[in-house]
Amino acid sequence: MTDAAEGSSTEILSVANLSVSLAGREILRDVSFTCDAGEFIGLIGSNGAGKTTLLRVILGLTAPTSGSVRVAGRERSSRKPLIGYVPQKIGLDPDMPIRARDLVGLGIDGHRFGIPRPTAKRNALIDEMLAAVDATRFADARVGNLSGGEQQRIMIAHALISRPRLLLLDEPLANLDIRSEQEVVSLVARIAAEQNVAVLFAAHGMNPLLPVMDRVAYIARGRVAIGTTAEVVTTESLSRLYGRHVDVVTVHNRILVVAGREDEGLHHVEPVPRAEPT
Amino acid sequence: MIVAGVGSAVIEPGFFSSAPVQVALVVGAIAAVVSGVVGIFTVVRGQSFAGHSLADIGTAGGSAAFLVGVNPLYGFVAMNLVAGGVMELIGIRRPRGRDVATGIVLGAALGFAALFLYFDTTSTSTTGATINVLFGSIFTLPSSIVPVIVVLSVLAIGMTCFLYRPLLLSSLSPDLAAARGVSLRFVGIGFLVSLALAVSLSAVTIGAILSTALLIGPAATALRFTKRTGSAIVAAAAIGVGATWLGILLSYDSYYWTPSHRGWPVSFFVVAVVFVVYLAADLFTGHRVTARRPTMRGAR
Repeated sequence: MTDAAEGSSTEILSVANLSVSLAGREILRDVSFTCDAGEFIGLIGSNGAGKTTLLRVILGLTAPTSGSVRVAGRERSSRKPLIGYVPQKIGLDPDMPIRARDLVGLGIDGHRFGIPRPTAKRNALIDEMLAAVDATRFADARVGNLSGGEQQRIMIAHALISRPRLLLLDEPLANLDIRSEQEVVSLVARIAAEQNVAVLFAAHGMNPLLPVMDRVAYIARGRVAIGTTAEVVTTESLSRLYGRHVDVVTVHNRILVVAGREDEGLHHVEPVPRAEPT
Repeated sequence: MIVAGVGSAVIEPGFFSSAPVQVALVVGAIAAVVSGVVGIFTVVRGQSFAGHSLADIGTAGGSAAFLVGVNPLYGFVAMNLVAGGVMELIGIRRPRGRDVATGIVLGAALGFAALFLYFDTTSTSTTGATINVLFGSIFTLPSSIVPVIVVLSVLAIGMTCFLYRPLLLSSLSPDLAAARGVSLRFVGIGFLVSLALAVSLSAVTIGAILSTALLIGPAATALRFTKRTGSAIVAAAAIGVGATWLGILLSYDSYYWTPSHRGWPVSFFVVAVVFVVYLAADLFTGHRVTARRPTMRGAR
């Protein structure tokens, strides 16, 4: 086996010179990075930075202007089964007549035609996945009636039940309280490690991900800076990315990114960390 | 003896032996089942407006069919299929784009409906056109139409069952479905075909402008107390059939009622029963629904 082939066997995601324009506006410019099997990458950026666009291009839902995306070496058409996806703001209707376990089951065969036929094997797989995300307790409840954190666990189970190699999560922490936030992060990290799934976890702030992420992909002004937090989250590196001076300060093991000078008024780029739950 | 006495007081003599009643019971049940199956997905996908619009749009086809002496059912089906296709073609995926597309097609079709109904009512041979098209013709359906209705209902239910899983997935999240390789356009068009057929069938039963009640009412009621898609569909179909049969019975009974002594229209009774059942379900389940925990949408 050559070195190149060996390299591609652990490399799950390869994004090369990717540029994306939507409605004439440049969203991503010349973005390149790779992600290895089992690696946890936090995709950090503010609203409109291009996190969702990047995930959509990787999924094949949005076509890039130039550049390429390969998932386990595969082109756009054949890579969908390899990717698990948790979309942004799913907002499940409370009236939606579907139980948590049915939604997880759709992760197996939701793209196929016809009515699902429950087999012992299918049910066992669903039960196993529900147990893995600690959702057995509310498996038979209507998903719309579950809390935000519970819904996210079900969505994660839905995304992982088909055993993908890459898991994309689009702001799964939005609208969660801090306890659910920590639960979701540690859950994703644990299962990804167990199943050797690479994770691209989009979030507003990096602090909830600090204990689990291997690398951080900081996205701003259409560009991505990727590396360990020590490499990327520095005053020099982020000032270059933002194109203006930002300060990185650490307070009680939490990172604050502060933009602006006193004369232009201070504001936080990275959201202010909330108090630890008691 | 007592049961038989009560029975004959509620069910007028001759009810079951009347040929028009037999056809009405069969056609009404078929239309209600199709509306129940399709209605659940209509409500869940937030396409109630499209459903109601198709019913109104269908009046253009129904009234045109009347004008040329064809059963309005064929006019409803043809018009609704064309309108559904146009709505999907000019509509975009966002719900607002879909509503605008629906509204544009609706406006154009209602213009034609007005024109054809005017011709219908001014031509001497077809005086009952407006009543028939708008409020249904369940007691005047020829039994020869029953096989056509059976075929159309099998098509509508078959299409919905075929699309079942991708339809559910895209109702939950279009992005999620697209990421799994589901063609949203194919699923959208396929579902509109089912919807067009369901609306056409209930248009001949209880009338074009009232068919929304049969499509949305039983489905919305079923969604109040079921937590599985399959049971919601079965419940909606059962409520629809019950309401339709009760409506037919009450209409038959109303023959001697004031003021006309010619019977009240079936559609009124069906819609009234559907509404009362929905209110009852709402009252019965209201406590549980308001007590539910906050959801992500609620927090947004």
